[in-house]
Amino acid sequence: MSRIDMKVNGDAVSAEVEDRMTLADFLRDRLELTGTHLGCEHGVCGACTVLVDDEPVRACITLAAAVAGREVRTIEGFEEDRAMEVIRECFSEAHGLQCGYCTPGMVITVRDLLQRGRCADAAEIRAELAGNLCRCTGYAGIVKATELARDRLKGS
Amino acid sequence: MKAAPLTYHRAESIPHAIELASRYDGAAKLMAGGQSLMPMMNLRMSVAEQVIDISAIAALRDCHLVKDKFFLGAGVTHAMIEDGRVDDPTRGYLRHVAGGIAYRSIRNRGTIGGSLAHADPAADWPAALRALDAVAVIEGPEGERQVPLAEFQRGLMETCLGAGEVLKGVLVPRLSPGARWSYRKFCRKVGEFAHSIAAVVLDPALGMANVVVGAVGGKPVRLAKVSAKEDVVGEELAASTGVDPASYEFQLHRTMVMRAVAEALGK
Repeated sequence: MSRIDMKVNGDAVSAEVEDRMTLADFLRDRLELTGTHLGCEHGVCGACTVLVDDEPVRACITLAAAVAGREVRTIEGFEEDRAMEVIRECFSEAHGLQCGYCTPGMVITVRDLLQRGRCADAAEIRAELAGNLCRCTGYAGIVKATELARDRLKGS
Repeated sequence: MKAAPLTYHRAESIPHAIELASRYDGAAKLMAGGQSLMPMMNLRMSVAEQVIDISAIAALRDCHLVKDKFFLGAGVTHAMIEDGRVDDPTRGYLRHVAGGIAYRSIRNRGTIGGSLAHADPAADWPAALRALDAVAVIEGPEGERQVPLAEFQRGLMETCLGAGEVLKGVLVPRLSPGARWSYRKFCRKVGEFAHSIAAVVLDPALGMANVVVGAVGGKPVRLAKVSAKEDVVGEELAASTGVDPASYEFQLHRTMVMRAVAEALGK
């Protein structure tokens, strides 16, 4: 067991965790932040994407103990975030989701792409989102939602 | 799936990592970003009783000039190279390679040293750095030693790293203004492990003319001739790799090498 201290969505968290516990399981099972979804559990599907010190990482292949002392932001931590508000609107309008399982990881990744200016056109968006799998939409709605969010955020 | 039970150790410094690795010799795995090791542990393809996390060691992200070479710390992440947060002495080659590795969320944690030490045949850095004649800098209980990448990797997921040794970084050459390079890989899906990698670095001023092919099952292989001709590349591949010349894979490697050499030669 390891004692870890970190910040999660702005709050200080201190816990005793099993050494093999992943960040995803820690968030879901210990902190009950179940918005972080687990799909493949080996780093392929992107559903568990969260921010660690503002950078997207895969919570299923990151040990909770390895991010001790750092700042984690999950899908529950974007209530005051203007970019995320717009991205959510656009995903809703452009049918960027159906079942919603991939959506938390998808929108956190899209927010990072927008911040880094990596969504010039549909081709770039598709390449950049290759690490987030969606089994419902065929991606057309997701790409459209991302373009819409890019244009809307540029205008605001 | 979840990883098997393990004991986690956080190394605070390179000497601390060496001490821990020596103490648990044989039962320990060093983990940097964990972006290859963690999936393998979750799938139970790899079981490590003792995991020594070296990702918090700031000294492993150290980068500096060493005479005519540039030292890149093993703990530098792919994203740091991609973003230009560390210098690229290779005229854009390292940045190009880094930006093409897996996905951004992997690149934020995965490190250049982790990739080399993991030694997956289809990984990018082993082939890319082999084509630069890079040198691995290793620190261990007996002190520091340097090993050219041609000898660092022995085969499939096997390196020359011994008991208690830590890969500290790599020395890469500073390419001349006249240098030319090409790095091509074939993936059916963006971000997946490559089915073929061709890395070409030509720097006449440094006497460097490297054509390296990766994802050939073992370690990356350097071809003796710099040529974009189909028959020559085919002969070289047949002579240097164990890939069956009648196979699809062979044709794929041959095509990737031809394209990369042609690009580097400006044809």
